[in-house]
Amino acid sequence: MTDNNPRLTSGASVSARSLRDRWLAYLANHHWVARESLRGLFQVWLASAMTWLVIGIALALPTILYLILSNASNLSGDWHGKPRISVYLQSTVSVAEGQAFARQLGSQAGDVSSLEYISPAAALAEFTERSGFGDVLQTLDRNPLPAVIVIEPMSRQAAQLQLLIAKLELEPEVESVSFDLVWLERLFAILSLAERFVIALGGFLALGVLLVIGNTIRLAIENRRAEIEVVKLVGGTDSFVRRPFLYLGFWYGLGGALSAWVLVGLSLMFLAAPVEMLLASYQGDFAVSGLGFGESLLLLAIGGGLGILGATLAVGRHLSRIEPS
Amino acid sequence: MIRFDQVSKRYAEGREALSRVNFEIPDGEMAFLTGHSGAGKSTLLKLIIVMERASQGQVFVQGTNLNRVSRRQIPAIRRDIGVVFQNHQLLFDRTVYDNVALPLTIAGYQPREVGRRVRAALAKVSLSNKEKQFPIALSGGEQQRVGIARAVVNKPSLLLADEPTGNLDPGLSEEIMNLFVQFNQVGVTVLIASHDLGLISQMNRRQLRLHEGRLMEDRPASLTVGSDDGQ
Repeated sequence: MTDNNPRLTSGASVSARSLRDRWLAYLANHHWVARESLRGLFQVWLASAMTWLVIGIALALPTILYLILSNASNLSGDWHGKPRISVYLQSTVSVAEGQAFARQLGSQAGDVSSLEYISPAAALAEFTERSGFGDVLQTLDRNPLPAVIVIEPMSRQAAQLQLLIAKLELEPEVESVSFDLVWLERLFAILSLAERFVIALGGFLALGVLLVIGNTIRLAIENRRAEIEVVKLVGGTDSFVRRPFLYLGFWYGLGGALSAWVLVGLSLMFLAAPVEMLLASYQGDFAVSGLGFGESLLLLAIGGGLGILGATLAVGRHLSRIEPS
Repeated sequence: MIRFDQVSKRYAEGREALSRVNFEIPDGEMAFLTGHSGAGKSTLLKLIIVMERASQGQVFVQGTNLNRVSRRQIPAIRRDIGVVFQNHQLLFDRTVYDNVALPLTIAGYQPREVGRRVRAALAKVSLSNKEKQFPIALSGGEQQRVGIARAVVNKPSLLLADEPTGNLDPGLSEEIMNLFVQFNQVGVTVLIASHDLGLISQMNRRQLRLHEGRLMEDRPASLTVGSDDGQ
């Protein structure tokens, strides 16, 4: 019944439309303010470019360090020289016994990925060839080198490796076991230290970006003091007055992040070739990875977010002090 | 409706700008606020748009007690009051159109509606051909008319003016005053602070005279329209 009442339905539709109108007008104002503040930045493009570059450098530095770090942990992650355990056998163990022992170790599935038995004679031949001390060795009356079983373990986790080493050391045929675990542990320790360092540095530089944007916004507020007063006089709300400055901060931050992105790209282009050449001399091919799509978006989001935050801080401090008089 | 109830305003430095002022201006009336500079005219207008707060007493505008208005509510109060300032308070980096459009943008009107209303307001003050110009290119009288267009564009129920003819020659002053009369004729309550006594007496409206912060005289409009002397 009420549906058929024209006054009720039209009344409802009018109020719904006016709410919708107000919402559309609000969006239109956001759109307008966003566009105008960006246009204002391009009108003084040289000053804007300087600010963008300052922010860009501050953001690029931790980004580059982050990339170095993520490349380094990639590198240690798929280290082609997988950990190797060298098991030195007692000199009393004969070649046949040693080969039997190696077969026995190899059959222990789960611990050992692959192994190689190197007899004392083979070891001596390799040493003579590699070291250049062949002449000295010739003078010895017997081969001083023990037989070695080189094991590539399944696991690369330190705890499991230590367990495997302890087990090997208990075998009667084994003289000693050597494994360069300390080296790997140090690398991981250095990487986690570097990670902390990048986070701390990133924090400091983010603070710097906030201050740069805050100060720039403060100047913009001073420059537009008359406008703020008039807007407040004709009934502009605090959020209306604040809006252009928040957008300004956002554009500063986003532009800064974009220039950081370009700077990072240029630095990588500059560094990638020598780094890849260096690494190629150690192992197989390795490609320096730059910022992925997600990481690029994150960088832009951080820039824009810092911009809005810096502007909010500046606006909160300075805008309330400007009242028409 | 404006009502002042025992209103005093003392500034921080100790100067008393208004003391125990009482008056009421009903809806639809047009009144003048007179007195020498420093008599408290500007302070009184500032109390109405909450640029200042009363030290004592109560100010009511459209039934709202302004003493009870929080900082957040001030913009809504100001949107329903059109104000014409002596120094125009125009933005010189915006066109005439954008200056007049400002209150509508703030109030959240759609661009199409803004255009319609701005053109109507500019037509009302005979500046339709100047909408794309910047205020600096206009004469003093034209700037004042832009200020008036901005004050009325949002169709406020109350229009205040602080020395709107302050720097204008007599001919232009009369033109401006006639604009205010026209707004009053369509129901807008108008309160004009002015020391242009000659012009005011011609207008034959209610006069509130302030002297050193006190309301010395509240003279109603004379019964005979046009009799501007011998009172």
